[in-house]
Amino acid sequence: MDRIFERLADIVGRDYVSNAAEERFIYSRDGGVQMPHEPDYVVLPNTTEEVQKIILLANEEKIPVVPMGGGLVLSGLSIPLKGGIVLDMKRMNRIIEVNEKSHYAVVEAGTALGMLSAYLNKHHPSLKNSLPDAPPVATVAGNIMIHGSGHLSQSEGGFHSEMVTGLEVVLPTGKIVKLGSCSTVPYWFSRAPLPDLAGLFLGWNGTTGIITKVGIKLFPRPLLNDGLMFMTEDVDTVPDIMFRIVNTEMCEDLTFFITPKPAMFEGFQMTIISITANSEKEMRLKKEIIRDALRGYYESKEAGFVPVPKEMKAFLLEAPQKNLSAFADVRKGGGFEYVGAIIPVEKIPDAYRAGLDIAAKNGITYSLGGRMIGRGHSFMFYFAYPFNRADKEDMDRVRQALDDTNHAALKMGGIPWKAEVSGQQLILKQMEPSTYEFMQDIRKLLDPNGIMNPGNWEVNP
Amino acid sequence: MKKEYADIIHRCFRCGWCKLPLNFKDFNCPSYLKYRFESFSSGGRLWLIRAWMNGEIQTSERFAKIIFSCVTCKNCVQACAMPKIREYLVDMVINAREDMVENGVIPPEVRDYFKAVSISGNAYKMPQEQRGAWANGLDVGRYTAQEYLFYVGDVGSYDEEGVKMARSVAGLLKKVGISFGILASDEITDGNEVKTLGEVGLFEQIASQNIEKFKKLDVKKIITLSPHAYNSIKNEYPKLGGNFEVYHYTQVLNKVLNDIPMGKLNVKVTYHDPCYLGRWNNEYWAPRSVLNSVPGLELIEMDRNMQNALCCGGGGGNFFTDILGTGPDSSARVRVNEAIDTGASVLAVACPICYRMLSDAVKAEGVEEKIQVRDIADIVSEAVNK
Repeated sequence: MDRIFERLADIVGRDYVSNAAEERFIYSRDGGVQMPHEPDYVVLPNTTEEVQKIILLANEEKIPVVPMGGGLVLSGLSIPLKGGIVLDMKRMNRIIEVNEKSHYAVVEAGTALGMLSAYLNKHHPSLKNSLPDAPPVATVAGNIMIHGSGHLSQSEGGFHSEMVTGLEVVLPTGKIVKLGSCSTVPYWFSRAPLPDLAGLFLGWNGTTGIITKVGIKLFPRPLLNDGLMFMTEDVDTVPDIMFRIVNTEMCEDLTFFITPKPAMFEGFQMTIISITANSEKEMRLKKEIIRDALRGYYESKEAGFVPVPKEMKAFLLEAPQKNLSAFADVRKGGGFEYVGAIIPVEKIPDAYRAGLDIAAKNGITYSLGGRMIGRGHSFMFYFAYPFNRADKEDMDRVRQALDDTNHAALKMGGIPWKAEVSGQQLILKQMEPSTYEFMQDIRKLLDPNGIMNPGNWEVNP
Repeated sequence: MKKEYADIIHRCFRCGWCKLPLNFKDFNCPSYLKYRFESFSSGGRLWLIRAWMNGEIQTSERFAKIIFSCVTCKNCVQACAMPKIREYLVDMVINAREDMVENGVIPPEVRDYFKAVSISGNAYKMPQEQRGAWANGLDVGRYTAQEYLFYVGDVGSYDEEGVKMARSVAGLLKKVGISFGILASDEITDGNEVKTLGEVGLFEQIASQNIEKFKKLDVKKIITLSPHAYNSIKNEYPKLGGNFEVYHYTQVLNKVLNDIPMGKLNVKVTYHDPCYLGRWNNEYWAPRSVLNSVPGLELIEMDRNMQNALCCGGGGGNFFTDILGTGPDSSARVRVNEAIDTGASVLAVACPICYRMLSDAVKAEGVEEKIQVRDIADIVSEAVNK
């Protein structure tokens, strides 16, 4: 009899813990190219108290704990590098509260972003949440733990982690804490004006605690949405074009892509401007203002608006975009990997050139693009490379391309986003030593037994 | 595994679109909803099948449970993001079952089901002579040369709820003047569940037996009680030389009900789409049209309807094997609560398996006062008799 298994079963119920070969196999890998590593147990908690008990047990037994949301990160952040327990949080998916007037929702950590969106559609149709380009099963907590972004990141305040209004966290010692206004009053409206402790858990990839509840900002849902597509041939103009569009404050989402296929797009950069409005009149006005902002470009024939067929428009405005998952089948191989580098906006041309060079050097195909974060405050540039899961060499080539891309992103002044362990190593090497020491001091303080997702964000994992 | 599937199974990205319906309302894969481990989702299952094919994992009780808990509802097919492989997702699971059957590594419940069908001609191990007992007192004749053969199936013949449904449908067909006969003690199972559970040889034997019988009787048109039989006779029998005009009973009713006088029923009804009528055969409107023909009946849709409907959990053989199991997260119980949320007092069904699954779920949830499961023919009969 496995003593730890029995203790976990006592906590969550026998049906929700497994050490079977099948679960160890599935939870040992994600959809990307990182090497698998098996957990010893997979546990599906249902309450914060169950999470607390699991953490207390893990401390007692010195077992690593790796929290997992949608499991869609592709860079192995929920692969248990040192074994132990994978805590699949998706049973904790209750929508606890929606405060319409203060524009926030309180949800359990495993709530899927798509399910929150469906709930709002039905019960609060004047509000919406920001949806990432990830599949709709991506979770609210998973996306804030990696500083993910979404389709409202340009207009409504940046990364999803910046949309957090409060957290409930089980610390690595088992203590349950609330952070933000919810720590003091019954409302989850803001992290201010209290000292902002939520940052200890946002972007840390589950290395500092288990987020169990999230307060997340909601935004108005205008009645209409439409889009414009602006095509350029000179990538050096893109930062200025983006700058002009952002400064109109007329668009909701601003994205950009470059792809060699279909052939009609090859050699061009396409900027997608998503616009929302509450009336046709408002929509016309917003489009006109954006067109005016780009007049200099299209009058000089340097660039221009592209008529977008209705079907294509629907597909470009879809959130989340299903076709992005379908990109995994470009090589008929069920996979793609990407480096999403957060870069200064003016570095878009450098990122574009680096992406083309890396794809050519490794003999792989690509899709490049990204999303404006905040009102032109940074750019999430993705370098995506599809691979064939049945072809080991193809996966090796993509692994090499990822490494090359991480180097290139750092060199151009960007930072790889949700980096895999080798990418984390590169970042840490370049990081101010005192910053790294500070990170480690915080981790040691929070997690004296080093149980939280070990192997991540360590110089010598 | 067949080459055509072995060549594509690695193309599942395990992106998870398959867990949800198209409107993202809630988990819509019954086995994932129940178990919540990634391994019980469509993508997890495909990755495990591939690992099993490659020898990375071995056959085990757990593996068999994962493979046989798929209810073949095709939500994954509907929701999958990969256009080139989505239509084969369920076929790949069924093919893995076929391999397991061939290797003799199937759960005891599945083995017992095959044995019962093989020995008794039905899943209930009931005597063949009692097969037509459901029609006692209805004045329904054996099929001779009527326009339609009414094929009732195992559940309609032997299950308590199924029998109620078969009687409602037969009574209504008679009332509206449809010419039909039944096979009574000459009827055997249609084989749909045998096929989805992976026993190809037994299925072919059953189907051939039925085809031969239908041909001998010069059957041209068939009405089925169950969408499962509808599926096998319509889509699988032609591959074995059995070409018949096949209708689900709601399709036949839909053609004639406009001319039938009906009394008013002041009732709010929500309709549960059976997977083998809806996602498998793209028939969403006939049952709704029949319900809408009832004066006074208000049809209210659940959030998950038509292509997005949550399966009752009885498909893919699970009705007989119960590998999916019960509990608050079983899809039938979740579905019943979804129906109650609409404010309807009646949950209408068009499949005897759904009828039984959802009726049991109403009892398990203790909500008999809030909602009643009724089959469409029963509702229409009440209006016709008013």
